Amino acid sequence: MSVNKETLLNIIKCMQKNITENREYLSDLDREIGDGDHGINMDRGFQEVMKKMDEMENQDLAGILRTTGMTLAFKVGGASGPLYGTAFMKASDVLKGKEEIVIADLPALLEAGIGGIQMRGKAEQYEKTMLDALIPAKNALEEALANGSSSEEAIKAMLDACEAGTEYTKTIKATKGRASYIGERSIGHMDPGAASSLVLLRSIAEVIK
Amino acid sequence: MVGILLVSHVQSLADGVKDLAKMIAPAVPIVAVGGLSDGSPGTDVERIYSGLNEVDQGDGVMIFMDLGSAVMSTEMALEFNPNDKHIMQNAPMVEGTIVAASAIQVGSTIEDACDLVESQKNIDKF
Repeated sequence: MSVNKETLLNIIKCMQKNITENREYLSDLDREIGDGDHGINMDRGFQEVMKKMDEMENQDLAGILRTTGMTLAFKVGGASGPLYGTAFMKASDVLKGKEEIVIADLPALLEAGIGGIQMRGKAEQYEKTMLDALIPAKNALEEALANGSSSEEAIKAMLDACEAGTEYTKTIKATKGRASYIGERSIGHMDPGAASSLVLLRSIAEVIK
Repeated sequence: MVGILLVSHVQSLADGVKDLAKMIAPAVPIVAVGGLSDGSPGTDVERIYSGLNEVDQGDGVMIFMDLGSAVMSTEMALEFNPNDKHIMQNAPMVEGTIVAASAIQVGSTIEDACDLVESQKNIDKF
């Protein structure tokens, strides 16, 4: 696996396509335990990112992630804006000076993004948030690579863990974010932030497969 | 004079708190930012950032937020131009704003107004 500038832009385009396709699905999930706008917000943010494509074509890898992050932070309109925005911006720092991303770089990128989300949201794993999808995904990817798996196997392990983590959010009570206001009643519902994180990781896999 | 920035998910909520505070503190600069630029509910980092610059007269800005993403969006807006005297307040928006505005109206510094808000923020309504 090697991701150059063109591939990275394709990943971002693919994220937008998949977020737009899942707009209603994400808002429906949010309607159960939040304010029902997660899909609308994420779609708005990624549509704004698409308007920056011309600008991003003249940027390096770090610049592309930084512009994406800034745009999401400014334009999403809900908590997921500052959260994903900070994630992309922190991941951008990892790419400074790089001209390609190889599979071995991916855990560090995810880790930086996760760190950004934790810093911004002051959340931990098991609080029914996007972290419950992203942290297991990063761990599985890291483990697969450490065991000598191929890129394809490692990416599959990452997605499997991300799916399992997203499903797992159904079983726990929200203690962070809007859903925490309804406490026990949040059990049985999937966290919309975890679901959108899964959509984003699947988009990465869809392009680099 | 110290400024007050109100950050809400809806413009009318921020405006309402501003109106209330202006009744007792007409001289205090207050800017109310609510919702997204298209009028839908949410918090917009860019609008918060502009509001901050608009209300800052050089003596500091106390920022009161309603819920959830208002806090995160405000944090992001502050990071674009860090300033020790732009201070997010960990207090209820209505009560905190009234306490702060009353103090600023009679010439309080930002340090004193922040201390006052901190000491008053947990007072019971009855």
